Formats: sequence, structure tokens, C-alpha cells
Amino acid sequence: MTETTYLKAITTTLAEAMRADERVLVLGEDVAEGGPWGATAGLVEEFGPERVRNTPISEAAICGIAIGAAQSGVRPVVEIMFIDFLTLALDQLVNQAAKAHFMSGGQLHVPLVVRTQGGAGQRGGAQHSQSLEAWLTHVPGLKVAMPSTAADAAGLLAAAIADPNPVVLVENKTLYFRREEAEEEPVSLGEARIVRRGSDVTVVALSRLVPEALDAAEELAADGIEVEVIDPRTLVPLDLEAILESVARTHRLVVAHEAVRTSGFGAELAAQVQEAAFDELDGPIERVGAPFAPIPFSPPLEDAYLPGRAEVVAAVRRALAR
Amino acid sequence: MWRIRAFEERVGELTRASEVHGLVHLSIGQEAVAAGVCCALRADDTVYSNHRAHGHAIAKGAPLEGVMAELMGRADGLCRGLGGSMHLVDAEHGLLGATGVVGGNVPLALGSALASRLLGGDQVTVVFFGDGAVQGGIFVESVNVATLWRLPVILVCENNGFAEFTPRSAHTVVERVSDVVAPYGLERETVDGNDVVAVREAFARFLGAARGGEGPFLLECLTHRLRGHYEGDPERYREALAAEDWQELDPIQRLQRRGLDEGWLDSPTQLEQEAREEVERAVQFARESAFPPAGLTDELVYAS
Repeated sequence: MTETTYLKAITTTLAEAMRADERVLVLGEDVAEGGPWGATAGLVEEFGPERVRNTPISEAAICGIAIGAAQSGVRPVVEIMFIDFLTLALDQLVNQAAKAHFMSGGQLHVPLVVRTQGGAGQRGGAQHSQSLEAWLTHVPGLKVAMPSTAADAAGLLAAAIADPNPVVLVENKTLYFRREEAEEEPVSLGEARIVRRGSDVTVVALSRLVPEALDAAEELAADGIEVEVIDPRTLVPLDLEAILESVARTHRLVVAHEAVRTSGFGAELAAQVQEAAFDELDGPIERVGAPFAPIPFSPPLEDAYLPGRAEVVAAVRRALAR
Repeated sequence: MWRIRAFEERVGELTRASEVHGLVHLSIGQEAVAAGVCCALRADDTVYSNHRAHGHAIAKGAPLEGVMAELMGRADGLCRGLGGSMHLVDAEHGLLGATGVVGGNVPLALGSALASRLLGGDQVTVVFFGDGAVQGGIFVESVNVATLWRLPVILVCENNGFAEFTPRSAHTVVERVSDVVAPYGLERETVDGNDVVAVREAFARFLGAARGGEGPFLLECLTHRLRGHYEGDPERYREALAAEDWQELDPIQRLQRRGLDEGWLDSPTQLEQEAREEVERAVQFARESAFPPAGLTDELVYAS
């Protein structure tokens, strides 16, 4: 076990991947300078500007170039500085990357990784704080991962680089600097992690809501409520089995994410669980998510907007009251 | 050029007979661009195409059988019936994609050129696009990065004067695509795109330099789309071309006249005949090919 941070784990994993395979290429805005948080810090010094490429502020071109490079044998890792800017590259991801293998009858491969980060809480306003992962999960051909710990950030990134498909890794800016004891272990895309064992209710949480759900579980444990917390880690492919197995024991389910609740990934999770295990449920599935509004800038309004520990606690109590 | 012409004329008939399915865009009248460019390329050079892709695929070496079977949605199609007319891929012959999103794959060509450089190869990448693609932001983003990184990519614009139904003059005040990219300082040339020799000569100059690692280049080919934007387009937006004007424009008739004048062509009808026979064999092949199995849709969503 070594102490690290989510961010350091990403930097270290990128460097290891670049050392192991000279086809791995990092590109994005300001990556040679390390980017705003330093995720790519030091890479240009070791690997040079050909493999750590600064790009203009041209998200669509960056993704398109990476897709083309991936189709021709390179393994690009793109950084899109904020997930809010991924909107500019959606044609590339949705029409070009996601469908190339399929539409070519299997001739083409797109081993592309797009690293980006979302999440509010840093007073970034409504265009630098969103959680847009659900859009990506609606596109067959893309894989979508959302690490909540340093170990998973490293493991999922390594798995994404090794994968022959386009993978979007949605990091969370508020998790970057949390200190953690982390152990390096391989992670497979599509393998959930049971973060805390419990027998009364299952909480499936994404990204920042994982630590929030753990805090909620501590609070509820004081009242004798045992919460099981599951982090799916990848939304596509989804480890539905792990969630169903848990629900078969607890019979109650809460899904929690920071994204707007309406059409959020929690809606899909709830639908899949009730289709597969309706008879196991003792009550309606509770959803935790942000209100249907853009993220407000003013600090007290942003704090009130963001779902967290209190919302998870309330949802668990509602789930148990039915 | 005859292989492309004969193929597409037959595709037009088969579209009306509902044997070829979907949205079909023919390049009849523009064959000199595909032929002039692709005949200079190696099999391992990469080409990206667009919604009007049949000519590029055939010129790059894709077998007519596989293209025709793809257009009919059959299992023996180039893409096993999952792509269709606008999404032809033949990796073996270096055709790494065509796209139905206008301009959408221009940056992919840059990526392929970058890969060639990073992996130490001397492959050159070509992307074909129409003048309609130039007004999209992705085009300007791509030209900017291609010039900034000096990528060995050749941008080939088929300027047929129409973006779908609308003349270029109604889309932009810049008449020539080569003028659009002028501020970036890349080497560029505008040629008569219905003169296959002119296309080939201009392209070969760029190709030689790109093979040596230089780039990017832009070749603008002024050409004429004889058919509508798609098969079935009623073409209310323009007058039909007079037969005598077509004789002057048609890249095939022009090359044949030149060949007869210069004495290196004896029997143009033989080339046409051979092409039409090859197309008929492709039609037979495609008709005999089965539709893909139902399970294929789920099988190919992800690579493993």
C-alpha cells in the first residue's frame, strides 16, 4: 500500500503505459504543460513532444485525429479538459469512433481513450461543472468508465488503454487531490466493486457519490441501518449481476449520482434492476441526483444544488420506510 | 473510369428497382478525381471518403463484387452488409472509411497521417470531400492542425459547385476552396477535375513530397456532378445539362478523344464493354449472396 492521489495515479498510469508501449500517445489542450490539474505533468520531459502533443482548442479535431490515429495503429489517450467541452466533439465520438468497428463489418478498430472530468463544487458555473456521462452511455460502441478512487482511476485507465474499443473515462475534479492508501491491482471494464457490505439496503453510487454514500452509510450505521455500497466503476459495460446479487440480499435499492436526475444513468439502472428483479424489491427504487436546472454559480446555491451525503441518507430512509 | 461509370449507372438502375437500398449518391461526372488520385497511390496508402464513395472505393482497389454486395446489404459485402453506400470500408486496400456526416472524417485523415509518422512509415493519407464540407468548423480545425503539425496528408476537394441542392454562391462568398485555406500557407492547386491527366499530374507532385514526409497539401478539382445529390433527387434547383455541354465535360469522353488523337487508344468501346461485363458479374455475385445473419448486429458492436 502506498499513499497517492487520484491525480497522481492517473499520471503514473499514463507514464507506465507510454513506457510499455511506444504506440501510446497523449494529446490535448496544454497536456505538455501538465494541464490545469497536472494530470499529464512530466510526461513531455520523459516522452517528448511527438508523443505528448499540445493541441489547439479544437475538441472535435483532437478527437477526430485520435480516432484516425487509432484506426492506423496508434493508441491515443486524449484529454478533454472539461466534459462540458465534449459536446464540441460529439460527432467524432458518436458518429465516427463508436460506429467504425460495426459499420466496417469488424475491419476497423478504434483503441481510443478519452480522459475527461466532470463535477461541480468548485464554483465553475454551469459550463464547467456538468455530469454528462449518461449521454455517452446511450451510444452503442462507446465504453464509459467513472472511477471514484485512486486505485480505480489507475486500473480503469490501464484497462481502457488496453481495450480495442473507444473508452471515455469520466474523472471527477473534486476527487483529484484526495489522499488515499492505494494498492495497484488490475481492473476489468465491466466489473463492479462492493465498497461496503451491508444487509438492509443497496446504494449504487457513481463517482463522487461513492465517498458521499460511504459517509451516509456511516451515519446510518449509528441508527443500526446497514448499507451496502456498490460502485459499478464502468457504466458501459455494466456489471448488472453484481447489483442484482446485492438487491437479492437487501431487497431495497437507491441509485445515486451527481448528474441531473431526469434521464440520468440512475434511471437506466432502476429500469434494468426492476426488469430483472422486480420480485426481489420490497419497495420502489429511490433515485438521488441533481435538480433539473443548470448548475448555479453562487456558492450557497451551488452547495444546495449538489446531491451528497444528506440526500443519500434521506433516500435510504425513504427506501426503508416503504 | 469506365469501371466506376458502368458500376454507378447500374447502381442507379438497381436503386430504382429497389435492389440497392437506402440513400445512394452517385459520382457520375466526377470519376476523373477518384481515378486520377487513386491510380498514383500504393495499396498501403490510406484513403478516407465521403457519402459519394463508390468511385473512391473502386479506384482504390475495392472489388466490384464486394462493393455491389454491400450496396445490396449482403453478407459478402465489403462491410458484411453493416455499412452501406455511405460507409464503405476496405481496409485491405487502404480505404479506412467513408462518412455520411459531411466533413466528419477530415480529422481522421490527419490522425492516419500522424500514425504513419509516429510508426516510422512513409504512407500518405488522402481525404476526399466536397466543397460543401468546407463551410463546417471541423474543416478549418483540421486545416489548422494539419499545417501546424505539417502532416503528410493530401486534402482532395471535389468542387462540383453544389452543396446538396444549393450552389456554392449561396453558401459562401469565397468561390475557390484553395482561397479558403490560403492564410494557412499550405501548398495548393486548383485543377480541371474533369481532366484525369491534369488531376493525376498535380496530385503526383503533391504525393512525391508527401511521401518524403512533407505536407499538408490541398488539391481542388473543379468538376461536375451529372446526377442529382442523391438518386431520386428531382433537381428542381438547376437546369439539365445540354448533351453537347456534357460531351465537353465528361471526363471519359475527354480522355477517349485525347487517346484517339494521340494514338495510344484503339478501341474505347472495348474498355466500356469489359467494364460493363465486370459490373454484371458483380451484380450476379451480389444477388447470390445471402443477407447477413440476424446475430451479426449484436456481434459487432464492440471489438474483442
